Amino acid sequence: MSLYATGNQTVGPYLHIGLNWLVTRNIAPRGVPGERVTIQGRVLDGDGVGVNDAMIEIWQANAHGRYAHPEDTQKKPLHRRFRGFGRIPTDARGAFRFTTIKPGPVPGPGATQAPHLVVSVFMRGLLKHLATRIYFPDEPANRRDPLLRLVPEARRGTLIARPKGKGTLEWNVILQGKDETVFFDF
Amino acid sequence: MKTLRGYRRYHPGTQPDYDYPPYRSTEKRHPTQPLVIAPQTLSELTGPLFGWDDVKPTDHDLTRQHKGTPIGERIIVSGRVLDENGRPVPNTLVEIWQANAAGRYPHQADQHDAPLDPNFSGAGRTLTDAEGRYRFVTIRPGEYPWRNHYNAWRPAHLHFSLFGQAFLTRMITQMYFPGDPLLTYDPMFTCIADENARQRLISTFDWETTIPEHALGYRFDIVLRGRDATPMENRK
Repeated sequence: MSLYATGNQTVGPYLHIGLNWLVTRNIAPRGVPGERVTIQGRVLDGDGVGVNDAMIEIWQANAHGRYAHPEDTQKKPLHRRFRGFGRIPTDARGAFRFTTIKPGPVPGPGATQAPHLVVSVFMRGLLKHLATRIYFPDEPANRRDPLLRLVPEARRGTLIARPKGKGTLEWNVILQGKDETVFFDF
Repeated sequence: MKTLRGYRRYHPGTQPDYDYPPYRSTEKRHPTQPLVIAPQTLSELTGPLFGWDDVKPTDHDLTRQHKGTPIGERIIVSGRVLDENGRPVPNTLVEIWQANAAGRYPHQADQHDAPLDPNFSGAGRTLTDAEGRYRFVTIRPGEYPWRNHYNAWRPAHLHFSLFGQAFLTRMITQMYFPGDPLLTYDPMFTCIADENARQRLISTFDWETTIPEHALGYRFDIVLRGRDATPMENRK
């Protein structure tokens, strides 16, 4: 039997009604080992205006570089209290902020992937969610990362968070324009 | 690591474009650069999994979240979550949200002059069973105006959010009702180019799940991306 996937639709302006129950701003509960980091930023539209009705979701490996998922069969430890999922709505200014631990490197096609978070972006006006990634600054593995290498050099910076004080990084979702964030099609 | 098996790409015409001028909000919110086509890696072939620790068994019934009974026509919305190979997607989280019977959302951004219902919040969630089945009890949502174009009205709909078993299978969609005259004029519905794909967003009346003297049943099956036949390393 062969079927076609159902059509995606926008979340619309009232997404919070259905999705806020699972808002997770702290992805790594206390006791989960790893280097703690806070990531903050804004979602900006084509006019540079903050998108106040967006939501991002994060999926990541633990500090050892293992995903809490049966298809990750690496012999690395799992942590019972770490799912690796975050869901964060934007505020009135289009800003978001969440805390997690820096993931370890994970296997990739051809080369190990540099530590990264995968991100889904949802909002009114997006008929299908967008997929992007957050990489970490000052990470030598970024140079060899198989996905970053696919991105034109001038645009790679949109995927790499910037240091913003102790334990805090900044990363923005810019939907249009000169600094438009790189989005992936898998 | 054992061999990873990737997911099929979406069939042409079955998915909306990001830039769709009839839906005005896409204008400033669609990417203008082409998406970067990337290989599916362990990061995308895995994804968050949820269970009954996350969801209460009663979360599927939107008519019993308050002291009183919500106003409106009680309905049963059920169906199966399948992949493109026709296999059920078991134990996956399904979230829904919707307007009340008068076409109003309890949300500060909704200024439509229609009554709120103190007995209806409009959100539910559940997990599919081993055969991919889900079931919600709710009330039929009302149509409502929006400001996309002159005299614009949204057809009655339920929003659905699904995860499947990978980051790649994440899906947000909307379910519509059969025979709704507003569908033809609705850019959310028409944004899907393929006529058959569009029709699959419309639920069907389901006599089997209709409860005598209690509630009409509507069936809505959802298909998530399915696995490719060929393991990734064998693909050119």
